[in-house]
Amino acid sequence: MLIGRQSWQFANRPVIESWASSGGPFEAEGNLAADFDILHDDLWMGQDSYEKAHRHLLEEAINSALQKVNLSKEDMHFMLAGDLINQITPSSFAARTMQIPYFGLFGACSTSMEGLALASFIVNYQGAKKTITGASSHNSAVEKQFRYPTEYGGQKPPTAQWTVTGAGAAVVTDNPDKSGKPVTTSATIGKVVDMGLSDPFNMGGAMAPAAADTIISHFKDLNIEPSYYDLIVTGDLGRIGQETTYELLHQSGLNITRNQFQDCGLLIYKDDQPVQSGGSGAGCSASVLYGHLLNQMKKGVYNRILVVATGALLSPLSFQQKESIPCIAHAVSIEMN
Amino acid sequence: MGDKKKQKLTPEQQQYQQLEQKHELKRPVVKNCIKAFLVGGTICLIGQAITYFYIYFFNFTEQTAGNPTVATMIFISMLLTGFGIYDHIGQFAGAGSAVPVTGFGNSVISAAIEHRTEGFVLGVGGNMFKLAGTVILFGVFSAFIVALVKTLLTMMGVL
Repeated sequence: MLIGRQSWQFANRPVIESWASSGGPFEAEGNLAADFDILHDDLWMGQDSYEKAHRHLLEEAINSALQKVNLSKEDMHFMLAGDLINQITPSSFAARTMQIPYFGLFGACSTSMEGLALASFIVNYQGAKKTITGASSHNSAVEKQFRYPTEYGGQKPPTAQWTVTGAGAAVVTDNPDKSGKPVTTSATIGKVVDMGLSDPFNMGGAMAPAAADTIISHFKDLNIEPSYYDLIVTGDLGRIGQETTYELLHQSGLNITRNQFQDCGLLIYKDDQPVQSGGSGAGCSASVLYGHLLNQMKKGVYNRILVVATGALLSPLSFQQKESIPCIAHAVSIEMN
Repeated sequence: MGDKKKQKLTPEQQQYQQLEQKHELKRPVVKNCIKAFLVGGTICLIGQAITYFYIYFFNFTEQTAGNPTVATMIFISMLLTGFGIYDHIGQFAGAGSAVPVTGFGNSVISAAIEHRTEGFVLGVGGNMFKLAGTVILFGVFSAFIVALVKTLLTMMGVL
């Protein structure tokens, strides 16, 4: 049901039945290694191109999520997935393997929550009984497209972020047995915000206003206070974006505490890993939510969380043509039933 | 950011960018310069040692030792790029490892490695010079302009 200007409330509380994540060697050395279902010690992952490895990551996350609840891909009515590569080929090619009716999404790094919001909406209104949604990114494949060759010795500024090699997938169902399971209760769809920043090595700074806009709209639409949530977690704002968003939220009068406000891009790596301002990429929020965060919810650490995935909607062409970076953020509220 | 660019921004955008600037991490310029000086200097020192090596052990003179030295430096750069070391040196040294000929080698070789999966013709051949090509183009063009100026000055009897 539409609530407020841009939010949905899911009265039937779609269940996140199972979730899984896969990651690469750099994530295996990170903070959340224990929460990944599959970790690779090689970036190629037994494939002959990084793009194939990228697709492989998503397939593994999906298969792993299905196996956990003994479901097969034939049980899935729809699959919603996306990534950062041109024409989202890794996701579409994974959908070819899966043979599940498929929606290809592009919301840059906000794809994970765009997918979860739409999957919940479809399930909530009996458009499907079971859906699977996911997002992924592969450091080498994404850097190749957006930046320089991976082995090129260019110096990255301290504002830059490290693209996560990882995928996350979740099975969203209309299962009436919701006890002890995480359910999605509402979602806020963001609008595109552009504050005129044009430095592709400072995505956090560009995305912060979009994140703040969506979070403010969420609380306004649902007419709740930030204290409703145990945790408000952003997708990949990194150090600069997170600080900036925090200040913007306080300026708007939202009373969010520092501990309550975290970022997947800062959770995933250790402090001594050379990632400059933190992790980024479509797989960042997906692998952290569909691994660490939902595991924590299951353990009872958090009861209600708001996940806000942020995306920078630029292309290598648009920034070479000196265009600024338009950004977006989508939020989904997840609660333990 | 230039004033011209700033004028195009709305007041809201300007206000936000001021706020964002407070949180932005700045490049440590002085530290980067020192690191670039030291690493760049070390690379040149190695180059100089190789030049002497060719002069003392082979029949090269100071004028002719340049070519084999450059070839050797690029070969070393190629190995370091291929083994995934040069990008780490680059992150530490910045311009120190980008400006010498090894940096030029790295930009060609990294692009060649990157596009190997698209085949030899369209992948390696088509992309090898995507970073270095611009250096070659404007290098040759500036050399042409300098040569033209010198020729004209010589013809006019100034030089």
